Amino acid sequence: MDDILLQEAVERYLKNEMSEQERAYFDQLRTSTPEIDQMVVEHAMFQHEMDFYANRRRIKSQFHDTYNKLLQQGILQDGTEKTTGGKIIQLFHRYKRVTGIAAAVGGAIALVISGLVVYLSPVNNNQLVQLSKDIEVIKRNQQYQGNLINEVKSKIPENARLISGGTGFMIDTKGYLLTNAHVLKGSGAVVINGKGEEFKANILHIDQQRDLAILKIDDPEFEPMRSLPYGIRKTKSELGEEIFTLGYPRNDIVYGEGYLSSRSGFNSDTLTYQLQISANPGNSGGPVFNGQGEIIGVLSTRQAQVEGAAFAVKSGYIYSMLADVKKTGADGLSNIKINSRSSLRGMERKEQIVRIENCVFFVKAYEK
Amino acid sequence: MKGDTNEQALLKGLASNDSRAIETLYKDHFGMVQSYILQNNGSYDDARDIFQEAMIVLYEKAQSDNFVLTCQIKTYVYSICRRLWLKRLQQQGRYSQSVENLEETVGVEEEIEDHEKRNAAFAIMDRALGSLGEPCKSLLEGYYIQQKDMQQLAEMFGYTNADNAKNQKYKCLMRLKKLFFTQYNIGE
Repeated sequence: MDDILLQEAVERYLKNEMSEQERAYFDQLRTSTPEIDQMVVEHAMFQHEMDFYANRRRIKSQFHDTYNKLLQQGILQDGTEKTTGGKIIQLFHRYKRVTGIAAAVGGAIALVISGLVVYLSPVNNNQLVQLSKDIEVIKRNQQYQGNLINEVKSKIPENARLISGGTGFMIDTKGYLLTNAHVLKGSGAVVINGKGEEFKANILHIDQQRDLAILKIDDPEFEPMRSLPYGIRKTKSELGEEIFTLGYPRNDIVYGEGYLSSRSGFNSDTLTYQLQISANPGNSGGPVFNGQGEIIGVLSTRQAQVEGAAFAVKSGYIYSMLADVKKTGADGLSNIKINSRSSLRGMERKEQIVRIENCVFFVKAYEK
Repeated sequence: MKGDTNEQALLKGLASNDSRAIETLYKDHFGMVQSYILQNNGSYDDARDIFQEAMIVLYEKAQSDNFVLTCQIKTYVYSICRRLWLKRLQQQGRYSQSVENLEETVGVEEEIEDHEKRNAAFAIMDRALGSLGEPCKSLLEGYYIQQKDMQQLAEMFGYTNADNAKNQKYKCLMRLKKLFFTQYNIGE
């Protein structure tokens, strides 16, 4: 019976149910009798575990009841019987899920848009100054691959003087070509495809900042193409990616290959990639492809003193230039459509080239 | 900020075993967890169990004094369930094709670890109680879980008076403590 009384006392002590006097006496008992102290400590621990256990048992059964109640009401489903009410609720839940996903997708789109804003805005304001400065530096330090040409061709107006040349490639089947701004020094241009067919072309837009320009073939002999085999890559490319290019350093088309050696160009210019590829005057404005046949850049400059180091304007800037152009609403440019999907994936290089060849042009600019 | 105070109120309700708060939590979040588990190689029963586990984690967290939820309840519950479920799949040697929903998740490793420790302690007490046999088990459950007093227990179990019940309870308690501590100390 003493043990029972003692146990009861310990419980009352731990539950703070003792009077002050009783408590003081018990505290004294604890200090003077190690066995009692040990008992208190042990029971405190047990009590703690028991409280936790009891608490969890109670909440578990409450959760269980809640679940069953909501199941009976048809608010929750367990995959068994479905009452009519349940079906509607289930539809509602399905719908709720769809809206949830839609909201998440909306969030993702918002993120992409804000990303684009971040991506574009520096070019539009403070970085512009820096970019143009960089271009000045490049001009001083590097040699353009513009080619001086002294040939006379049929479609070049008489008494016009050829002043520069380079490469261009079709970006829209309707006859829109892209090349470097510095290739087009004159007032007009002719373009020649791989088969030697020559077409007259108009200079529609020159973007000095990005060193990009748009030409449009304006010739009755030109027939719009059905589709373009390559796409233009929107996102950035990876370091070490294998690349190849087609261009006109001479009158015949020339193939070259290499790899992407840096995410930035000369003097850390973020407009361009650095490529390890053999490039010669005349390659300017040529498309740079990755293995899947996506255009990742536009070959523009090379470093004079360094063997094989060339620079290409990143393909993303083609998109941003067109976006800028469309904002200003310039004539004839608003209906340019470029695509990012390449149909050259998984093909052998030789086959890829056969398909690309006719979309790459020799550009000759003249001054009247 | 309205959502924030709502969620705070909900957690407060949960911490004090308020049935309306519990119902709201089930209504708002169970469907999401259920579809996640069903998509990931689980059954309706798995969904019920996993969600209950997560609710226990949330409940025990909400009861602690220094508890602050730094994300939405939805995100928290989803993260816990996802973690628990992946763990269970792993334990059973099953794998999911890892169908991820678009829900965001937060790090809950600490919670899961704590939860597992508490689960172990819970299981020890459960086993100890289970191996007591009747009437000890029911008597102690009546006292500690249903929190009935000695007079009520005496009536329920047919003892002539509260002192007899107290006597019986003492014997049972000693046996339980012995059973519990043997297991508990091994566990440590």
